[in-house]
Amino acid sequence: MNNNAFHKIEQGVFYALVAAIGLIALIGMGASYYMEEHGHVVTGMNNQIVWGMPHVFAVFLIVAASGVLNVASIGSVFGKTVYKARAPLSGLLALAMLAGGLTVLMLDLGRPDRLIVAMTHYNFKSVFALNVFFYTGFFAVVAVYLWTMMDRKMNGYSKYAGFAAFIWRLALTTATGSIFGLLVARQAYASALLAPMFVIMSFSFGLAVFTIVQSTMYKWNGLVLDEAVRRRMKNLLAIFVAAVLYFTVVYHLTNLYYAKQIAFERFILLDGGIYTALFWVGQILLGTIAPLALLFHPNAAKRGRIVFAASSLIIIGGMCQLYVLIIGGQAFPLSIFPGMVESSSFFDGEIHSYSPSLPEFLLGLGGVAIAGLITTIAVRVLHFMPSDDFHHVDRRTIAD
Amino acid sequence: MSKVDNSRRNFIGAGAAAAAGLVIAPGVTLLDMANARPAGEAASSAKRWGMLIDSTKCATGCDDCVSACGKENGLTSTGHPQTDSQWIRKIELKEIRTGKSHSLPMLCQHCAEPPCVDVCPTGASFKRADGIVLVDRHICIGCRYCMMACPYKARSFVHEEHHDQNPDVPRGKGCVEACTLCVHRIDKDQLPACVEACAAGNHGAMMFGDLNDPNSEISKRIATYATTQVRADLALNTGIRYQGI
Repeated sequence: MNNNAFHKIEQGVFYALVAAIGLIALIGMGASYYMEEHGHVVTGMNNQIVWGMPHVFAVFLIVAASGVLNVASIGSVFGKTVYKARAPLSGLLALAMLAGGLTVLMLDLGRPDRLIVAMTHYNFKSVFALNVFFYTGFFAVVAVYLWTMMDRKMNGYSKYAGFAAFIWRLALTTATGSIFGLLVARQAYASALLAPMFVIMSFSFGLAVFTIVQSTMYKWNGLVLDEAVRRRMKNLLAIFVAAVLYFTVVYHLTNLYYAKQIAFERFILLDGGIYTALFWVGQILLGTIAPLALLFHPNAAKRGRIVFAASSLIIIGGMCQLYVLIIGGQAFPLSIFPGMVESSSFFDGEIHSYSPSLPEFLLGLGGVAIAGLITTIAVRVLHFMPSDDFHHVDRRTIAD
Repeated sequence: MSKVDNSRRNFIGAGAAAAAGLVIAPGVTLLDMANARPAGEAASSAKRWGMLIDSTKCATGCDDCVSACGKENGLTSTGHPQTDSQWIRKIELKEIRTGKSHSLPMLCQHCAEPPCVDVCPTGASFKRADGIVLVDRHICIGCRYCMMACPYKARSFVHEEHHDQNPDVPRGKGCVEACTLCVHRIDKDQLPACVEACAAGNHGAMMFGDLNDPNSEISKRIATYATTQVRADLALNTGIRYQGI
């Protein structure tokens, strides 16, 4: 396979693509400027739903960023050749998505101008501060990892750097899940289960994103992904989707066992309106059952389109899952006086309403565009195209 | 050697001491009476400011405490109830089983173990030595994680620009804020505005004082009557106690 295969993409197409994605990123930045200028009153967020659409996008990008690195880890840490060929692209996507996610998170702050404060004042008891530390470190660790992979002189260190990156990403996603898991007061959160659940969500979302980017790059360059490679990756993806389903089931079943949680579960599973719909239709039907059916379809390994469709559905389902968790979790009112019906001018005791505004949505989309922009430019100027060299590999080891 | 007459010396000594006493005493007495910290002296953990709210004396529909708080701290309605700050609010409660109703003010509970302080990434949420939980407006980045963590929905985010602020209580767009227990008044030995208003209306539902002083009125009441901490299951050791619920 030609190592410079990606360069087959036309110069004009590349610039058009960069311009289009760049425009979306710029619109996102404009939206954040608008939000900062007028205050969060122009968003759908309020004193009840304090985290909204930007957080759904940001958490998705951050979780998927650590998950997409899995492809590299399977190569370096577990020594699987097929994945090793994809490790540089995986590292690049991890950096790009984390950058996109953090940009959204930062620009949604009430005081984004105080970024320097966030970087210089740490309360180490805060799991949020711990996340800032993990995110920053992730850039450094993955950058070193990419260096060891892409510089022949450094290749010998690649396994160690890969191992460090693997441990780091597990810690990072555990910490991201703990942002929610350690919130003692809210019924949707306060569960240690959220930490491993976020890790497995990252595996699933990350591999889905990787699959889509990989298929797109192959398609644009007129290349065909080997069937054995596709079979392997789609099977792994299916396992991850099933694992997310397992954690989702355990999360809801354990909640249903606690009498004090039943009202909340009833809200999410039965009568929560948009949240119930997004859970059953978005997360379970479109994001779990449909992709599983597609991935286990007898022709899935042969047809890239089936795996591509499954991956797209996993991403849609993932966004729905985070919307239900983050916004649905806040929409259900705090139980300040258990056993009593509460009412006040501050909306105590009632389901909180939230309608995402256009600027919030554009900011989130801007984050995705930033990730896309970094990826597009990087794959143009450096060699990130997965190149499978089957001459040295026994095909049976690929197909297992 | 002639005998020294000590009586004169004693008289002069006693006189000097009395004069010194007369000069210093008023200051000491005033300081004691005022009980206020001199400017520049740090708050001390010897005190823990708290409040006792008697819901049996708190009437449905009365919002004297809420309007006093708004006036004192410059909280005005912008016509956006979902984003307007509320540092203290009246909650109406109805027991599901018995139908018994209660009305009470809810505000920052000034926890000894505040979840908002634990989660704040920059340390902007902090607890003063005397137990008052505050937000440092200079290092709050507006992430709202503290609002996610507070079990009492006591915190608000400033969603838009505010003008005509009280100079003692600066508020900034993009930062989180909550009841300060009127720290600017406490430091001048005044009562929080809500407590003062409740007393002025002869409701007597709110009592303020030092929980660390066993002889304070509030400590005696808490030692005598059954009082409640809201969400006591979380073991946050709240500075605001309730009676009658």
